[in-house]
Amino acid sequence: MQDTLTHFPWAIVLILLPLAASMVGFLLPRLAMMLGLITAVILLLAVTGLGWQIHYIYDGAFHHAVGGWGAPLGIDLYADGLSLLMLTTTSLVGLGVSVYSLLYFEHKQALRFWPIWLLLLAALNALFLSADIFNLYVTLELLGLAAVTLTALQGGKAALDGAMRYLLATLLGSLFYLLGVALLYHSYGSVDIGILAQRVEATPAVWAALGLMTAGLLLKTALFPLHFWLPPAHASASAPVSAVLSALVIKAAFYILLRLWLVIFSPLGEGVASLFGLLGAAAVLWGSFQALRQTRLKLLIAYSTVAQIGYLFLAFPLAGAAAVSAWSAAAYLLLSHALAKSAMFLAAGNLMHFGGHDRIADLDRVVQRLPLTAGAFALADVSIMGLPPSGGFIGKWLLLETALQQGRWDLVAVILLGGLLAAAYVFKVLGHALTEGDDMHEPRTVPKIMEWSALLLAIAAVSLGFLAVPVLAWFGVSEVFGISGAGP
Amino acid sequence: MNWDPWIPLLVVASSLLPGLLIFGLAEKRVRLRTVLNLLGAVVKLGLVGLMLWGIYNEHHYETRLALLPDLELVLRAGPLSLLFVTLSAGLWLVTTVYAIGYLEGSPHRSRFFGFFSLCVTATVGVALAGNLITFLLFYELLTLSTYPLVVHRGTQAARRAGQTYLIYTIFGGALLLLGTVWLYSLTGTLEFTPRGFIAGLEAEHHSALIMIFILLITGLGVKAALFPLHGWLPQAMVAPAPVSALLHAVAVVKAGAFGIVRVVYEVFGVETAAALGVMAPLAALAAFTIIYGSVRALFQDDLKRRLAFSTVSQVSYITLGVAVAGPIATIGGVVHLVHQGVMKITLFFCAGNLAETLGIHKISEMDGVGRRMPWTMAAFTVGAFGMIGAPPIAGFISKWYLGLGAFEADQGWVLFVLAGSSLLNAMYFLPILHRAWFRKPPDAWPEDHNFGRKETAWALLLPPLVTAVLALLVGLLASYPFSPLEWAMLIPEREFYRP
Repeated sequence: MQDTLTHFPWAIVLILLPLAASMVGFLLPRLAMMLGLITAVILLLAVTGLGWQIHYIYDGAFHHAVGGWGAPLGIDLYADGLSLLMLTTTSLVGLGVSVYSLLYFEHKQALRFWPIWLLLLAALNALFLSADIFNLYVTLELLGLAAVTLTALQGGKAALDGAMRYLLATLLGSLFYLLGVALLYHSYGSVDIGILAQRVEATPAVWAALGLMTAGLLLKTALFPLHFWLPPAHASASAPVSAVLSALVIKAAFYILLRLWLVIFSPLGEGVASLFGLLGAAAVLWGSFQALRQTRLKLLIAYSTVAQIGYLFLAFPLAGAAAVSAWSAAAYLLLSHALAKSAMFLAAGNLMHFGGHDRIADLDRVVQRLPLTAGAFALADVSIMGLPPSGGFIGKWLLLETALQQGRWDLVAVILLGGLLAAAYVFKVLGHALTEGDDMHEPRTVPKIMEWSALLLAIAAVSLGFLAVPVLAWFGVSEVFGISGAGP
Repeated sequence: MNWDPWIPLLVVASSLLPGLLIFGLAEKRVRLRTVLNLLGAVVKLGLVGLMLWGIYNEHHYETRLALLPDLELVLRAGPLSLLFVTLSAGLWLVTTVYAIGYLEGSPHRSRFFGFFSLCVTATVGVALAGNLITFLLFYELLTLSTYPLVVHRGTQAARRAGQTYLIYTIFGGALLLLGTVWLYSLTGTLEFTPRGFIAGLEAEHHSALIMIFILLITGLGVKAALFPLHGWLPQAMVAPAPVSALLHAVAVVKAGAFGIVRVVYEVFGVETAAALGVMAPLAALAAFTIIYGSVRALFQDDLKRRLAFSTVSQVSYITLGVAVAGPIATIGGVVHLVHQGVMKITLFFCAGNLAETLGIHKISEMDGVGRRMPWTMAAFTVGAFGMIGAPPIAGFISKWYLGLGAFEADQGWVLFVLAGSSLLNAMYFLPILHRAWFRKPPDAWPEDHNFGRKETAWALLLPPLVTAVLALLVGLLASYPFSPLEWAMLIPEREFYRP
């Protein structure tokens, strides 16, 4: 009995359960909602179980050969601290969004939403558990298509336009990535990350593969200047979908990039890391500046995502000399951004539901009447600005510390300036929460569950400010990045 | 079980929990809200009393929680922190009573008292912080929790004031963060230590340390309203009177000044700071701010604005005392933290009473108001004379020690600053008193609210009377144990110059 428990295949559950639930949801739409909620709860348990196994049984990394066939022939599942971080982020945000979506969608939309949403969860989990670059491609493609479909679900011209742009961008990104995979497979006869890591040398083919894969992934993760598709798509989708897109979907591409970088490509180039840093810095400044200029709430939040993605890339140039602290910073920023940003989009969804619009200038009365939502938005903003106490602050502190130790004053300036700009755009909205406005229209009530799911996500983002030590230890950040990040 | 390690945390929690509960209360639950508010304030005061007694008998109260790898959240009670904690906890209770009376029947009270409690939580955290990152954490929390109070009225003017406040404080916070991280990257520790923790680094990192000092002091100077970073304070006058009391006496400017004391004595250490050559400029800046604030106060007709510029001037006494850098001047500066708080809060309560009861906002409307509201104006008079530095009120004690300390440190010029400031104080306070007591009242007040036979509501009248009596008592009984002065004398002995 104990043996069954300790070796229970939680990783398989993480992939198959949402997949099966999605299929059942397609066939029996009446059950979809209930199945979705149950799945979201079980996924959180499964991730915890997997984390426990990684820690106490598999000694840092979980390996599973599906069907008993190992690489290079079969499909391997692999999970270490980094995968665990992504899976946990997914299940936390996934649960919040699922609960929110119970009441958000009207009946007809809900029928279409749930199966695709479950499919997206399956794709995400499979992606984070993949051990080879081709499986990563398959899951990435699946993820992209599910995400585009969800974006288009909203209907209307803006959403379809946004979804179309998104579709083109995501297909183009996948195509580039696939070309890179083909090149590597051609050169080394394997797609397994571990095997490639041992064999890769600095040949022109590898450089070309690196270039193609990186370009594709940067497009998908929407790093400046390849972010053009993000604001229209994220702003026009329905609120829970926007939350998932900003919090999870773009992070998947970042995860692949990081994984490839850590294991396969890092010996290849300092120059690439500097380029990432440069683009990241530009993203922070440009995204924040654009966010400040927006007059619509959801566009503001979307541009804020562009900026926050930039912070993750600032870790690359710093990781050469201080892998653990730079990647700890990135991991923490990633997790807290996911929680905070989903809370912000859900809160924005509440405001739109209540007031029927998201014009920032006319938000006065709306925000006033939804104190829980305003609170959720404000708490999430604390983390986005990187003010203490919040997860965002911890990430920013680690990043600043690393940058200062290496004398990277340019990055220090970017981080601080990004924080100031974030405060500027955040308070542009929050100022309305406390001022009186005229009552312009007949409002619709917002269910309390929708308010609470946004608030709880935001509270989680803020609580991370006090949990840095256990959280970083749980994800084994120092083991994951200490060894592989150091380079040969 | 030994409770000592948890008491600092409980002190912080005693306002945090009521605050969080109050956020959740419906607007009409007036009684429960009042009970929660007062319960928190009384419990906090009790815990603080316990710590005062313990510290006096050399107990040790310290809470340590992991915050980051290698960095901890440290809450530690020492003589200096307790001085500030006692001030905030005591004045919080008085201000809560006042705020309950002041806001009676106005909208958004749950929100107001929620943030009000958060604000005091942050202040107590600032006071008890045992290292710079804990300080920073609560310092920023203070910014975030006061903003909603500043804009509480929700008018356009309030919103503009809030914006100005944020621009100053967020910018200051960023500089403080930069200075802190930079310092950490040099020293590897942020723990407040007697005589500072950077000794031995000044040869190698001379210019970096000077830059860090400037960054930290600028970041703190924003809240301490050091010239030229004081611009937000007069603008924040649009906030309700209890909030002004909080900004000026209990929390915000005090947190800035307190931080400067910490940085000079327990981050850099006076000797190291003097060796870096940063003390003289700081003293000069403080002196200039003292005179500048007083001169600007002279020309304000709006009562609260005049009081605000007076704060700009008075809070810099603390910085001046620290920057003159002798034990006696430091006693004068540190004790002024308490004295200024008690006197200024009295003045703001009175200003609030005038506005609420008679609709008086301007000094030119105050003719003969002493006859209509004698008790309020009596309290005001005590506060004003205290500010001028008339014995035996609290302000006199501060100035006496500042002057004495300046002599001891061979910095006679400070006496001219003190004298000049006292003269200016008299010039802007005495005309108010003259108007109030000796001129004929007008036929009608701008907005007369009738409270029957009382001059105003009890909840509004009692707090200024209490604080005025307090301002008198701390001056009269300055040489008794547990007076602020006696306590302040412990600080150099047990903390700053501890061998």
